[in-house]
This record gives sequence, C-alpha cells and structure tokens, in this order.
Amino acid sequence: MPLTCQTELRSMTARLSGEIDHHAARRLMRELDQAIESRCPRTLVLDLEGVSFMDSSGIAVLLRTRRRMLESGGSMEVVNVPPQAGKVLRAANLQKIVPISFL
Amino acid sequence: MKPINQVKLEFDSRSANEGFARSAAACFAAQLDPTLEELGDIKTAVSEAVTNAIVHAYPECIGRVQLRLRLFEDNTLELSVKDWGVGISDPRQAREPLFTTGGAERSGMGFTIMESFTDSLRLRSTPGKGTTVTMRKRLALRERGR
Ligand SMILES: Nc1ncnc2c1ncn2[C@@H]1O[C@H](COP(=O)(O)OP(=O)(O)OP(=O)(O)O)[C@@H](O)[C@H]1O
Ligand SMILES: [Mg+2]
Repeated sequence: MPLTCQTELRSMTARLSGEIDHHAARRLMRELDQAIESRCPRTLVLDLEGVSFMDSSGIAVLLRTRRRMLESGGSMEVVNVPPQAGKVLRAANLQKIVPISFL
Repeated sequence: MKPINQVKLEFDSRSANEGFARSAAACFAAQLDPTLEELGDIKTAVSEAVTNAIVHAYPECIGRVQLRLRLFEDNTLELSVKDWGVGISDPRQAREPLFTTGGAERSGMGFTIMESFTDSLRLRSTPGKGTTVTMRKRLALRERGR
C-alpha cells in the first residue's frame, strides 16, 4: 500500500494505491500521519486513482485524516475515486461530509 | 433449492487472510461470468464480513474463520462467513449504520455496505458461541460460451 506525497505552497497531494483494507489501513494511517506532521499542509488532496480495492477500513482512514486536518485549521478533499471505492464511499454517504470527485 | 456447486475454506483470523478470502470468492464467482461491478460487490461484501470476524469475533486471540461459497441454479451466489468468537448480544443494533464497538479505527458502516452490495443478509449470532453472516446475490444472466 505505497503512499507518495508531493507538497506545493502548503497544499499536499497524497497518492494512495493498492488495496485499502483493514490489513493495510494501519500502516497507511501511520504514513499519512507522518507526512502531515512533517509537511504541515493547509490543504490535503487524497488522490485515490491507483486504489484497486477499498472497504470500510478505508472510510475510517479518510474520516480520521480529515478530522486531523480540520483540527489544525486545514481542509481535505478526495479526488479521482475509481468505481469500486466510489460505490463504498457513496454507500456510506461520505460525499455529504467530504468533498469527493469520482472518476 | 439445492446448490449446484460449493466450496468451504477455513483460515486463521489474521488480517493477511482478508485479501485471500475476497480473491477466493472472486475466483469462485468467475464461473458465473460476472461483470466487473458484480465482482467488486462480491469482494467488498466478503471483505467486510471477514474483517468483522478478524477484528470483533476474536479481539484477544487468533481463531478460526470459515468462508462458504455456494452457487444455485438461478445464478444466485451465497457468501457465508462464520466464526466461533465472542458473538453479538444485540444483532439488530449491530446492523444499524454508524454503530460500532471498534472506536476510531472503524466506521460502523460494514453491515450497511454488505446490505447495499448484496440482495439479502442474514445475521445469526450467539454470545460466547459465534456469528454467521449469510449474504445472497443474484448475478445477471449472461450468454454462455462467449
Ligand atoms: N463477527 C462478529 N463478532 C462479534 N461482533 C461483531 C461481528 N461482526 C460485527 N460485530 C459487531 O457489530 C458492530 C457493527 O459491525 P460493522 O461491520 O457494521 O461496523 P464496524 O466493523 O464496527 O466498522 P466498519 O465495518 O465500518 O469498519 C461491530 O462494531 C461489532 O460490535
Ligand atoms: Mg465491520
């Protein structure tokens, strides 16, 4: 579950890839936490284009990361969500809480 | 209705087996010539049920999880996940959206997702004895022999 980050003018884009399930979520959360801590972005863009599978474990990662950004006065959005992950996010009505753009 | 094909798999409640279980279900479903979307639904539903068995049923130890896959004549696929763990005291409450005993690492959306990705879900649980989740999904009939 590799994570790559790019930061520009305090906006960080984090590209997630692979399968985000319970097995992968803990490490992903840790890597996201570390990236946010060291780069202090004001806006965080999570790019899910490379995500081949996601379940509710991914929802918890998105919600915790968003809470973290809000606590430091920042914001988060989710972009390039593939169909399978998109169906999971829609079933949980996450688009009502987080700005999401679906592929 | 009698199943026309069936497999049973048993594995340790280790998180590494989540990917194994959903891939196995997808491979079994392949004989129905499913669409990509149907395959995604099957994998997601199995992943949720198996993750629940791994996370909730055996909080302090490694236990057994069984995945049973059955196929019926009318193109219905049955996905059944069984554990011998702690069980659920109030199954109705467990199925409610956002209900979780898992804290910040969980979202409480597992059952909601399983229900919206399949046609039916039956939850049977006895506290102290274990839990079985059985889901059915009827796949679209496609022309064979393409
Ligand atoms: N196999 C099981 N054994 C014991 N308790 C379970 C089992 N499956 C579910 N539960 C209980 O039902 C609750 C709801 O399950 P559900 O899958 O909907 O949400 P979750 O697992 O808490 O969070 P999420 O699935 O979104 O990560 C769980 O928090 C747990 O208390
Ligand atoms: Mg769950």
